[in-house]
Amino acid sequence: FAGLADVSISEEIPVEGQITVPVGSHSPDEDGSTLDEPVRETIMRDLKAVGKKFVHVLYPRKSSTLLRDWDLWGPLVLCVSLALMLQGGSADSKDDGGPQFAEVFVIIWFGAVVITLNSKLLGGTISFFQSLCVLGYCVLPLTVGMLVCRLVLLAGSGTISFIIRLVVVLAMFAWSTLASTAFLADSQPPNRKALVVYPIFLFYFVISWMILTFTPQ
Amino acid sequence: MAAARPRPRETVVPAPPPLSSHPPAPPLASGTSQQSAARPGSGTMSAPGAGAAGGGRSGTAADWGGFEDNMQGGGSAVIDMENMDDTSGSSFEDMGEMHQRMKEEEEEEAEGEAGAAEEEDGEFLGMKGLRGQLGRQVADQMWQVGKRQASRAFSLYANIDILRPYFDVEPVQVRARLLESMIPVKMINFPQKIAGELYGPLMLVFTLVAILLHGMKTSDTIIREGTLMGTAIGTCFGYWLGVSAFIYFLAYLCNAQITMVQMLSLLGYGLFGHCITLFVTYNIHFHSLFYIFWLVVGGLSTLRMVAVLVSRTVGHTQRLILCGTLAALHMLFLLYLHFAYHKVVEGILDTLEGPNMPPFQRVARDIPVVSNAVLNTTTKTVALTL
Repeated sequence: FAGLADVSISEEIPVEGQITVPVGSHSPDEDGSTLDEPVRETIMRDLKAVGKKFVHVLYPRKSSTLLRDWDLWGPLVLCVSLALMLQGGSADSKDDGGPQFAEVFVIIWFGAVVITLNSKLLGGTISFFQSLCVLGYCVLPLTVGMLVCRLVLLAGSGTISFIIRLVVVLAMFAWSTLASTAFLADSQPPNRKALVVYPIFLFYFVISWMILTFTPQ
Repeated sequence: MAAARPRPRETVVPAPPPLSSHPPAPPLASGTSQQSAARPGSGTMSAPGAGAAGGGRSGTAADWGGFEDNMQGGGSAVIDMENMDDTSGSSFEDMGEMHQRMKEEEEEEAEGEAGAAEEEDGEFLGMKGLRGQLGRQVADQMWQVGKRQASRAFSLYANIDILRPYFDVEPVQVRARLLESMIPVKMINFPQKIAGELYGPLMLVFTLVAILLHGMKTSDTIIREGTLMGTAIGTCFGYWLGVSAFIYFLAYLCNAQITMVQMLSLLGYGLFGHCITLFVTYNIHFHSLFYIFWLVVGGLSTLRMVAVLVSRTVGHTQRLILCGTLAALHMLFLLYLHFAYHKVVEGILDTLEGPNMPPFQRVARDIPVVSNAVLNTTTKTVALTL
């Protein structure tokens, strides 16, 4: 163990510096102070973060805010609101509401997980939850489209309303796909972007189909 | 063992005259004779012996080079996993080997020391023992902690990495394979190469699900998206996985040379014909058009799969069994998707909505022209009974 004995730390390797993780997370004393702040401040901070990400989705630029500080609040809110709006398809049978909500929920999250796994297996550098975050946030245009469709259906359900709904849903579908592609395609090797974009296209197509074929009764 | 290894202490020690008479590996019997000879020299030996033992230890410490690097490079007590996990565990094997060697050496030294304990000074034994014990404890700790962390990390990430080589494709390769899946091969005497990838088949199954859902939209019926989606996903994935497994089992019985991944890939790419046919015929509702597409497109993709399987099977009976089964299942699945699937769906809708409408009346476009008469009579009888 002469080698070990030679490791005289004080002589050759000066042990000094800070034991803080330089990744931008809070230092311990800052965490302590956020524990004492009023609840409204905490909620507002989270809401502001979610709102900022909504703005990033609506105007997709190549910024990394969505990727860096991922959170799943936005996707949860969007998924629940979309599933709630897709209910009420028929008033005939009594067990209509329950399975439909669960199916939409499961399909959105299962689809997002499959796309994330696919992009990771193709050699992507993005992490699991970052990808889930981006895919969930990019459902926002489709949720807005669903809202518009419901409003249009309040007015009537003829051919004209179908055409309006078709145009709106197509536009929102294109917006969602472009937004998520702008965020996710950068993390892939350049020649495999098409392989990653295609499942995203299918995923948003299925959600758009669910929105378009929704007919309240 | 003691005879096999030269004792490091004695190879490095500059032989003072009293020690030169010692044989390199003192056997236990002569231990007592050595003790008396060594004792006068032990006092002088302790000082150079410490250095010698240090030098001897440096011989073994050189084996611990990786260990040293870890200690020096990190400068901390935390195991730096990035030094350990990229070499696929080889550094752990090294650590294990070193650990084993340490154990053997300490056993050997224990024997030697037990035999020649009085040869050394008590103080010397204490120093060497302390260093040995300290080193062993640290090594033990690092080994345990490293092993625990590695097993945790591996169990977390191993599940994905098993599938990673099957997704290693380029878009041009996928496109080429899609087009190839419609072209039957001519050479059936030579085993054809099947690419074992899973990206293309998986995407084709999802596309088939999407096309089935797209075909479900009709203008007047109320659609339960959830139930339909579950049925569609279940049907497509069940066909892909189930028929692949069944044909793989038959291939095992018929001595065909094909692996499960290859079978999954082959059948998955064979669904490309199904996707094209259903996509076209859901938008253009001519039944004769569907029959033409069924024969031509479905037939081409089936022929390709059959030819590949025939090229990998020996014997006429086996070829017949295997290829007949695959062809029948593949073509019948396309028929089922176009005709009977809608009836299954309508059956679900009818059970959900109650018996206020007779079945098969709402979606007339999907009832085949051929069996229209049969269906009409059954509908009439059912409506009469209701």
